[in-house]
Amino acid sequence: MAIELEQQPKPSAAAVALSRIAVSETHGEDSPYFAGWKAYDENPYDELTNPTGVIQMGLAENQVSFDLLEDFLEHHSEAATWGKGATAGFRDNALFQDYHGLKSFRGAMASFMEQIRGGRARFDPDRIVLTAGATAANELLTFILANPGDALLIPTPYYPGFDRDLRWRTGVQIVPIHCHSSNNFQITESALHAAYDDAVSRNLNVRGVLVTNPSNPLGATVQRAALEQILDFAVEKNIHLVSDEIYSGSTFSSAEFVSIAEILESRGSRHVDRERVHIVYSLSKDLGLPGFRVGTIYSYNDAVVTTARRMSSFTLISSQTQHLLACMLSDKEFTAKYIKTNRERLRKRYDVIIAGLRRAGIECLRGNAGLFCWMNLGPLLKELTKEGELALWNLIVRDVRLNISPGSSCHCSEPGWFRVCFANMSEATLDVALDRLHQFVDEYRRTGSS
Amino acid sequence: MTESPSSEPEPPSPKPRAAAAGNGMRLVVPLQGVVQGRGGLILGSLIPCALFYFFQLYLKRHRSPKRPPASSSNPPSPSASSPNLGDLARTSSRSNLLGRGSIGPVRLSSRGMAIAKPNDSPYYVGLEKVAGDPFHRVDNPDGIIQLGLSENTLCFDLIERWMKENLMDSLMGGDGAELSINGMATYQPFDGLMELKVAMADFMSRVMGKGVSFDPSQMVLMAGATPAIEILTFCMADHGNAFLIPTPYYPGFDRDIKFRTGVELIPVHCRSADNFMLTVTALDQAYNQARKRGLKVRGILISNPSNPVGNILSRETLNELLDFAQEKNIHIISDEIFAGSLYGTTEEFVSMAEIIEAEEFDKGRVHIIYGLSKDLSLPGFRVGVVYSYNENILAAAKRLARFSSISAPTQRLLISMLSDTKFIEEYIETNRRRIRRMYELFVGGLDQLGIQCAKSSGGLYCWANMSVLIALYSEKGELELWDKLLNVGKVNVTPGSACHCIEPGWFRCCFTALAEEDVPLVMERIGKVAEMCKSGQ
Repeated sequence: MAIELEQQPKPSAAAVALSRIAVSETHGEDSPYFAGWKAYDENPYDELTNPTGVIQMGLAENQVSFDLLEDFLEHHSEAATWGKGATAGFRDNALFQDYHGLKSFRGAMASFMEQIRGGRARFDPDRIVLTAGATAANELLTFILANPGDALLIPTPYYPGFDRDLRWRTGVQIVPIHCHSSNNFQITESALHAAYDDAVSRNLNVRGVLVTNPSNPLGATVQRAALEQILDFAVEKNIHLVSDEIYSGSTFSSAEFVSIAEILESRGSRHVDRERVHIVYSLSKDLGLPGFRVGTIYSYNDAVVTTARRMSSFTLISSQTQHLLACMLSDKEFTAKYIKTNRERLRKRYDVIIAGLRRAGIECLRGNAGLFCWMNLGPLLKELTKEGELALWNLIVRDVRLNISPGSSCHCSEPGWFRVCFANMSEATLDVALDRLHQFVDEYRRTGSS
Repeated sequence: MTESPSSEPEPPSPKPRAAAAGNGMRLVVPLQGVVQGRGGLILGSLIPCALFYFFQLYLKRHRSPKRPPASSSNPPSPSASSPNLGDLARTSSRSNLLGRGSIGPVRLSSRGMAIAKPNDSPYYVGLEKVAGDPFHRVDNPDGIIQLGLSENTLCFDLIERWMKENLMDSLMGGDGAELSINGMATYQPFDGLMELKVAMADFMSRVMGKGVSFDPSQMVLMAGATPAIEILTFCMADHGNAFLIPTPYYPGFDRDIKFRTGVELIPVHCRSADNFMLTVTALDQAYNQARKRGLKVRGILISNPSNPVGNILSRETLNELLDFAQEKNIHIISDEIFAGSLYGTTEEFVSMAEIIEAEEFDKGRVHIIYGLSKDLSLPGFRVGVVYSYNENILAAAKRLARFSSISAPTQRLLISMLSDTKFIEEYIETNRRRIRRMYELFVGGLDQLGIQCAKSSGGLYCWANMSVLIALYSEKGELELWDKLLNVGKVNVTPGSACHCIEPGWFRCCFTALAEEDVPLVMERIGKVAEMCKSGQ
């Protein structure tokens, strides 16, 4: 049939296409983990204005030591400005976009990391690469250590954000190293090998192991013996070892945390063994400053340092922030006091929540670090399955109005475990939360429902 | 864009890119006789040549493995050392030392290896050299003068004055309250505080000429224009796809866009005959060539004002671009980071945002990049903007912003500064005036040396034609001149070849980090090199 040329339709009205990454679901925002966040956003608890709202116990934020930071800034206003008269040094700072980062800041970070480890490890400021948060640090390392389609081994349960941060743009896969409550979720040699073999059988090229120490969501440090085994395993398979130590300053007692850096130093490892080790750190948890966006990669591998530095152009820390924190963290008296006080306060909070849960007949994994505890509601589940866990979790979010994180979103192999954060609220709010939970559990046990 | 004057202690190597050192090169010489067909000499040349070859192989195998130095520019070389058997006793799991992949040090990804290679573009080499010997009028008057970094220091006095008067208030919330970090410390929205988006939207419309307004809800903020452009690329193109990009272009794009996304840049060559203005003919040609090569073009990336030339795209050109994009069903990214750095008096800057408001058009394909590194001289603070009309792109970009968020204290400071509209108006106007002054001085100075510049109206640089000075009208000749300017004249400029310019002899010279009194010195030094070239040295 003839079509009048004058009436030819306009060029394709199809919408312009997006990339595969843009449409991928790997951001994970539709998972149950984030559904709880939505519930909180829609009805957030406030002591005065909304006492029946949802209490946020799914956000690992540290608010217990703000006063110490504010006190410092009040007495050291030169940190927030640029010296006398508020402007000296400003110009150089505002122009500074060198991806090496401010030397003074790197030096301060190195010394802060050393203090956290009680001086049991040394850090060379020239091996520190700065990124805008640990999220960026973990992704950046993944880009550098693995090709698309390669795999990283990660012990379960793990931080749900890894599924997004390590896989989304990088195209790298995660293969779980399964851990079980029978030995307090510790990583075993057989689990490491099983995970590796699993990857191989799926034709995946394993490029590294990523361990979070202290662990999120377990709230417990990784034992020295396990770290040694993991390092041996990495050497044997000639793969990388990334140690995410962002909760290292949130260990309740300094002595209980063993960093991979200490293991390397105590072994006097050969260069070819050290070269595979990389540490991720950040000020978001220990210093309670997630809004500042400060993360670091510490690598024993020169090529990784060079490459990471170049790649950090995509995720630089504001020079203003570097300057402020350089002032704060080079004050060793302040940092020593901060680290000590912060640990004590976190331990006290932890004791409060454990005692409160115990009164309700709920047990937790024995923890010694972090901003959360790993709670076992297995005995309450109608069925010991993922569905049973999510059903219970739904009840808790909806009726008890507590946003806690279900273990299944952390890829825990056993249903019934939940991560509960305790450091992002006042003590009064924590009490309210514990009361609510206590009431719920009593009711639930009595009637078999809420 | 982040134009990092990184001071890595790598040995500067201003060699043309082709000459990569390697054992392969050395084979050429002995074989020359054979290759040139001097048959009678085959035996005479073949045997020594073969011996030479095997000798080199022997040396290569038995050289002890090089440990890369700190901040190494070389990827790790394979180690020939065997494992230390004394360590075997430790644990049983080490019994399989010769298992899969255990020979040699642990490897980086292919992406990692590619990035670990030394920066051999003259653009980066020049920046490093200056970092090693930077000019300072008092402390280092013989140092290298930096004209290779598009930075603007002309109006710092204004910003410093604002800081002096307002800083403490801006950080404390302005009512004499105690310095509180509580509001800043906690997790903030990854795509930036709404207050900052509002302030940026206002700033952008002031900068771009009030014919256009920006909607804060169409904005995603991130730590610089560098991540902004990368994130947009990730959202609209897959690995192996391509963007069309007019040449000459900012050298940083080669890294920023290709590094991690794997997206290719296809040059659309512009010529001096057109004053390096983009034509649809050239665009079409490049598009078709890309298709022939099996490349899927996903978008066009333009800079307006352009870098390194400093052109402003006319309304007609912008409209033609939109039509072209519509016809091919591809995206347009308009990088307008220099929109506030205008010095021209004849042309007015027109943002893509202004064109698109007027037309009946599928806006979902248009995206604008902006940032505060150039127009507000704050590159260290890391502030970039993705502005898009496409909901899906915005949603994806918002999620990706978590990898590159702006630090909260900086957001607070800028909300305060950008909301001070009286100051901002004064700044914008003074900035333009001072850029114009430097432009006249600088371009006038070059003119006196017989060096003409392309017609330009914006940016922090001029595009100078030094082809009269080069002996060999080629990239090689251009790089020789660049080398003379850098090492003899002690002036760092960016050669056109680093910007993929198709005509040799053009150089980008940034003039907004100079003081007026430095200009005669710069001209003197360039003049000296010009003399050298004219007298055949």
